[in-house]
Amino acid sequence: MPLLALESLHAGYGAIRAVRGISLEVEAGETVCLIGSNGAGKSTTLRAISGLVRPSAGRVRFEGCDITRMRPHDIVAAGISHVPEGRGIFARLTVTENLDLGAYLRGGPEVAEDVARVFETFPRLRERARQTAGTLSGGEQQMLAIGRALMARPRLLLLDEPSMGLSPILTQLIFERVRQINEEGTTILLVEQNATSALEVSHRGYVIESGEIVITGTGEELAADPRVKRAYLGEL
Amino acid sequence: MFWFDQLINGLTIGSVYALIALGYTLVYGILQMINFAHGEVFMLGAFAGYFVLLAVGGDDLGGATIIPAIVLAMFVAALASSSAAVVIERIAYRPLRNAPRLAPLISAIGVSVALQNIVLRMTGGRDRVYPRIFPGGSFGFGDFQVGYIQAFLIVASVLMMAALLVFIQRTRTGRAMRAVAENRATASLMGIDVDRTIVTTFVVGAALAGVAGVLQGLWIPNIRGTMGFLPGIKAFTAAVVGGIGSVPGAMVGGFFLGLTETVGRELLSAIPGVHLPNEWSDVIAFSLLVLVLVFRPTGIFGERVSRRA
Repeated sequence: MPLLALESLHAGYGAIRAVRGISLEVEAGETVCLIGSNGAGKSTTLRAISGLVRPSAGRVRFEGCDITRMRPHDIVAAGISHVPEGRGIFARLTVTENLDLGAYLRGGPEVAEDVARVFETFPRLRERARQTAGTLSGGEQQMLAIGRALMARPRLLLLDEPSMGLSPILTQLIFERVRQINEEGTTILLVEQNATSALEVSHRGYVIESGEIVITGTGEELAADPRVKRAYLGEL
Repeated sequence: MFWFDQLINGLTIGSVYALIALGYTLVYGILQMINFAHGEVFMLGAFAGYFVLLAVGGDDLGGATIIPAIVLAMFVAALASSSAAVVIERIAYRPLRNAPRLAPLISAIGVSVALQNIVLRMTGGRDRVYPRIFPGGSFGFGDFQVGYIQAFLIVASVLMMAALLVFIQRTRTGRAMRAVAENRATASLMGIDVDRTIVTTFVVGAALAGVAGVLQGLWIPNIRGTMGFLPGIKAFTAAVVGGIGSVPGAMVGGFFLGLTETVGRELLSAIPGVHLPNEWSDVIAFSLLVLVLVFRPTGIFGERVSRRA
């Protein structure tokens, strides 16, 4: 049984049908990426999984259970954390408060240990622990958003464009951490426009166009696919 | 001493404004909506406290029974106001959560008028009068005298404001409220039940207003169905002056407004040829609202309007 399964999922905003019948599976332990251009329906797919958008048809199954109509906070409780597009940090709260909110549903002494672990993964955050999150740079905010999602100890981590607005060096650092998080046991579904970096860290990938999946394969297969190369890897 | 008395009067009425203003600012912070029925929530608290005091002995209360009676009245008032706010939110605001911003505002005014008239009807349009149980004396040095009741109002409201700040800054629920105020969708991704947090916000604001109703009743005994209207608008003014959405702003704004309409009025009256009787308090308060809206719409503690990246 896959950890996550989308079964011909449809979702959108009003008259806009952003996701049109997507089916995909993520096995426990995998990193899977969803690549595609701006407006292809990648973010909407993640938002439909985490409950921010109500799917109009189809099903989302997590560990075999139907979570399609569940509300976002219940989906977090089920074990899915979503790092939204644009990071969604709480700018007026401190870095530590942001992390504590990530563990909102947990509590107990392990929370402090997990904060320490996030600080190990992202030492820059430790230096900024008492600052309000709005004063962080874009890269630091991305680290905070990922660290905060890990505070919930999710079994599935949804990452929406972690490289957005970051320099190549920071992008590389973030993707190294994504690989590390996956190796430590968290399953990841990653949405990216930066197909090169995404495919490097992913076991498998799906290419999405106009709300539909058009190509699928392993990371290497997709990186070698002439259509993917032409459209998303900037090669002729 | 005249000026000292005015100062104390200003702080006393200011503490009532501040307690009510907190409800406006909390709800605005989380929903960007002006809850114009909040003055009526204050009025309901005053009535709940009145009935409690009547039930436990009314004018016969005295000596050691006064304090527990007042505490009970405040507690029941907080409960009654909070319950009313929960019902109001559920039936009049939540269905309009995604409607244009004007819709919940109109709904709030509808609730306000309805509650005023329900209570007017139930009381036959006649005032109710709080039992005069609070000792009428004063304390202080020479000319600097503070009435016991005024000291009680000021101290009680300052204590409640301190408790509120600790709640918002230090507790898990307070942190959830701040998160929802900043970004509802992201807050839900933390596992926060957004609807429940919004209800909690209404409950906290209403409890403060309910207690304020009892405090004012102990000080100015006449209560009636329409008593919430003017303090409601004044407290809204205080919240705007302080910076709507800002908790410290509502506190400072409340005291500032209270002082402006008492001390400020007397200062203006001290100008030769100017005489401003009590009724001018309202003129001064609302002139202040207009001035703030024109020259500094963000208020004293207001942030630049650069919400959401």
